[in-house]
Amino acid sequence: MGSEGLHESEQRLSPATIDHHRAISSIMEELEAVDWYDQRVDATENAELGAVLAHNRDEEKEHAAMTLEWLRRVDPVLDRHLRTYLFQEGSILEREHEAEHSSGGDAGADDDRSTGSRPERGSSDGSLGIGSLQEASQ
Amino acid sequence: MNHLFRELAPISAAAWSEVEEEAKRSLQNFLAARRLVDFSGPHGWAESAITLGSIETLADGPVPGVDGAKREVQPYVELRAHFSLQRAELDAIERGHTSPDLEPVVDAARRIARAEDLAVFHGYGAAGIVGIAEASPHDPVQLGESFGEYPRWVAMAVAQLRDAGVEGPYGIALGPRCYAGILETTEDGGYPVLERLRLILGGGVVYAPAVNGAIVLSRRGDDFEISCGQDLAIGYQTHDADSVSLYLEESLTFHAHSPEAAVALRYP
Repeated sequence: MGSEGLHESEQRLSPATIDHHRAISSIMEELEAVDWYDQRVDATENAELGAVLAHNRDEEKEHAAMTLEWLRRVDPVLDRHLRTYLFQEGSILEREHEAEHSSGGDAGADDDRSTGSRPERGSSDGSLGIGSLQEASQ
Repeated sequence: MNHLFRELAPISAAAWSEVEEEAKRSLQNFLAARRLVDFSGPHGWAESAITLGSIETLADGPVPGVDGAKREVQPYVELRAHFSLQRAELDAIERGHTSPDLEPVVDAARRIARAEDLAVFHGYGAAGIVGIAEASPHDPVQLGESFGEYPRWVAMAVAQLRDAGVEGPYGIALGPRCYAGILETTEDGGYPVLERLRLILGGGVVYAPAVNGAIVLSRRGDDFEISCGQDLAIGYQTHDADSVSLYLEESLTFHAHSPEAAVALRYP
């Protein structure tokens, strides 16, 4: 049985798009669960139940982060934006302004590095997207 | 177009894809240090240095009554490994050829991976990089020829780290002289030495051709860091009627934040 969340005929969709849909749906479900748990933790008057629910809620955050990482690896544009905005300090809006107007080494700029004859793969800076290999040795 | 000038290369999208895939596959196979140490970046080609947090007090102040101190930074080094591909091979990809000769890509990946690993494990003086083995304040563990003894030597290194208050899990980078031997050696009970090392360390065994001997290090994090400006990328140099000259390039540096979190194992 196909996903009920598909908005176009499954026959017209590529396997990659369907996998993206699976990941995006999963992230939505995990974050929705976090929201529900937050509310239940607030509402319960039983401290032990609250602690269990908070623990479960935090595991959902881990699941969401893992799936987001998968999505980042297969989506170069998302990768570019996450590199621009995540783990930064200061104003997020100023970061956006810098990204839009910088032509330097910022990985978030929508400049000509994403066009031309370069195939749409790897990272936006033209790199091969190797990064850390720590997971590979575990 | 950026500093890699890839758009100027007479290479089709399909051929670029093949070349990139081969480079990526090879680099993921050859790179060893990135399996064991922290990696930050890529911070962009325009980044030039990392902040060390230290200062050098200047002997003379700019005016009487004012002291001067210079912030200390560690510059990125640009590593570049050149290679050349035959245009006939690249053109054949566009016609559907599935096994083009891309050995020069593999060779360049091997060279630049070795350069990066050597800088991390043993340093690159000209670039101001002190490697893990040289930075370690611990006495090196002396290795012998009996591969069955490796678990004991590795346990000695782990004990040194524990004594210094360095928590695990621990990993090991094994140089070429010992890796094959360990892989083939079993203890008296038939249990592979490699598996025994994994149990002692708890954090991975990595083959590192650039390592002289072996290095045991903590993998708790925040001890050793590769900082990367431009991560490994393929750039375009020039071409003629027969070949295209390309290169693999990256900008990076390495810093041991906690030199005491590693112990070198050396042959006499």
